[in-house]
Amino acid sequence: MSANLSSILFLITGVLFILALRGLSSPETSRLGNFFGIAGMVLAIVVSILSVDILFTNLIYFIIALSIGGIIGGIIAFRIPMTAMPQLVAGFHSLVGLAAVLVAVSAYYSPDSFGLGTFQNIKTASIIEMGLGVSIGAITFTGSIIAFMKLQGLMSGSPITFTGQHYLNAILGILILSLIFYLIVNQSSQIFWILIITSLLIGFLIIIPIGGADMPVVISMLNSYSGWAAAGIGFTLENTALIITGALVGSSGAILSYIMCKGMNRSFLNVILGGFGTDSSSNVSKEKGEQKPVKSGNAEDAAFLMKNASSVIIVPGYGMAVAQAQHALREMVDKLKKNDVKVSYAIHPVAGRMPGHMNVLLAEANVPYDEVFELDDINNDFGNTDVAYVIGANDVTNPVAKTDPKSPIFGMPILDVEKCKSVLFVKRGMSPGYAGVDNELFYRDNTLMLFADAKKMTEDIVKNLD
Amino acid sequence: MEIDPFIFRLSIFILSILIGYFVVWSVTPSLHTPLMSVTNAISSVIIVGAIIASFSSSGGNISFSNILGFLAVILAAINIFGGFLVTQRMLQMYKKKEKKKNK
Repeated sequence: MSANLSSILFLITGVLFILALRGLSSPETSRLGNFFGIAGMVLAIVVSILSVDILFTNLIYFIIALSIGGIIGGIIAFRIPMTAMPQLVAGFHSLVGLAAVLVAVSAYYSPDSFGLGTFQNIKTASIIEMGLGVSIGAITFTGSIIAFMKLQGLMSGSPITFTGQHYLNAILGILILSLIFYLIVNQSSQIFWILIITSLLIGFLIIIPIGGADMPVVISMLNSYSGWAAAGIGFTLENTALIITGALVGSSGAILSYIMCKGMNRSFLNVILGGFGTDSSSNVSKEKGEQKPVKSGNAEDAAFLMKNASSVIIVPGYGMAVAQAQHALREMVDKLKKNDVKVSYAIHPVAGRMPGHMNVLLAEANVPYDEVFELDDINNDFGNTDVAYVIGANDVTNPVAKTDPKSPIFGMPILDVEKCKSVLFVKRGMSPGYAGVDNELFYRDNTLMLFADAKKMTEDIVKNLD
Repeated sequence: MEIDPFIFRLSIFILSILIGYFVVWSVTPSLHTPLMSVTNAISSVIIVGAIIASFSSSGGNISFSNILGFLAVILAAINIFGGFLVTQRMLQMYKKKEKKKNK
């Protein structure tokens, strides 16, 4: 296939990918969008194969590799529970990162096949792009593995910090830039490998200080990185499809990171530097809070309250995902609707462990998406709602975000559940949320605490609604 | 004076970032998780690099670059199949309710 024809076809691939993202602007068009995405990918693979010299043995190995990957990917896609989406996406990002590293290493050792020059005599522009691509790819790889392990519970979700952490990261960052510079100058394979190892190390180091509830930002950020890595490789290979895709994914991840940071009223830098909620000031308020009286109730009380309400708003959080309570919740809502209670769902932008996490879980439980509202669309309704059922959420409802400038969550947009006539909190205990801040709502007269596992409690309420 | 082809690629890159910016802002927040899984799937278009590496000629033998290429093909394929299929699965869940609503 001529280079011009393949370039045009790669451009079409890029356009199909743009249409794939465009489709996600509404659930109705989203499936067509996904189809465009698949079409674009098939086109890209076919064009690439037609553009290389087909060697029989290599073709066999290629088909075997594609089948192994396809089977593994297919099995994962069908088996994965929806609650595990955050770690799945993190795991997938690590694969993109590693693939970028492998392609870059391969291009470094046989640049002639890629049309980049000869070994250790690669075109300057290509070696710069290769250096950047391999470095971002390596950071994405280890960073995503740490994010995966934290989300999967293979390592503690709490921030891991040590003295001099930021200095170490800064030094390594400067080292990476100097290594890329030296790589351009002498193209030595030693420098190339040291660059890879340093990048792997910094990917690991930048994610360990970031705590569990900041994962929505981290996942979006790694999403963005995987895009920039692809774009870097795209420049190296002079491939339009990769450049367009890399830019799309890169900006998509960056926008999601921005939305998530805004949802917490924190700067991106603040999240990345990590260690949130570990400062001593927040512990003080925790101790004070434990002495205040709390009204706690059981499933019967909750069922009675909601049955006699005319409207209920459900506020789900990460606790719902952990307890897998979404199906029980839907059952509860169905029963309430039979009793002519108006029910809607309120989703905070950072509820859960990744952007849109709660929406997917509710969709899995067959909740119609037109009953699910974003913060801005529903926040005014709390004032004329009878009951808020807060299931596995805490910080995102804490009014201290509006009242106490000293609080670590001050300025964070919150769901105004306090304006409801009564508030039900399903929680396992009195422990404060991720931010380490006590929630004064727990002690209010119109708040009823339901201490139990979210799924168990919801199921009990369902029984009591009969 | 002739323009370096790099400038054209850079132009494509910058314009694509802008397209990405506007397209992604129009994505409804309830579909942010499928957005992440589909961007993940499409970033596996890096398989085009893996294909070049897999078929880089080396006088009939399988070279180091070929092996790296095959490994990269496996990784990218996991992402492509896994990413698109899981996205499809999620979007399917949003569809069920559409039908129910229309009844």
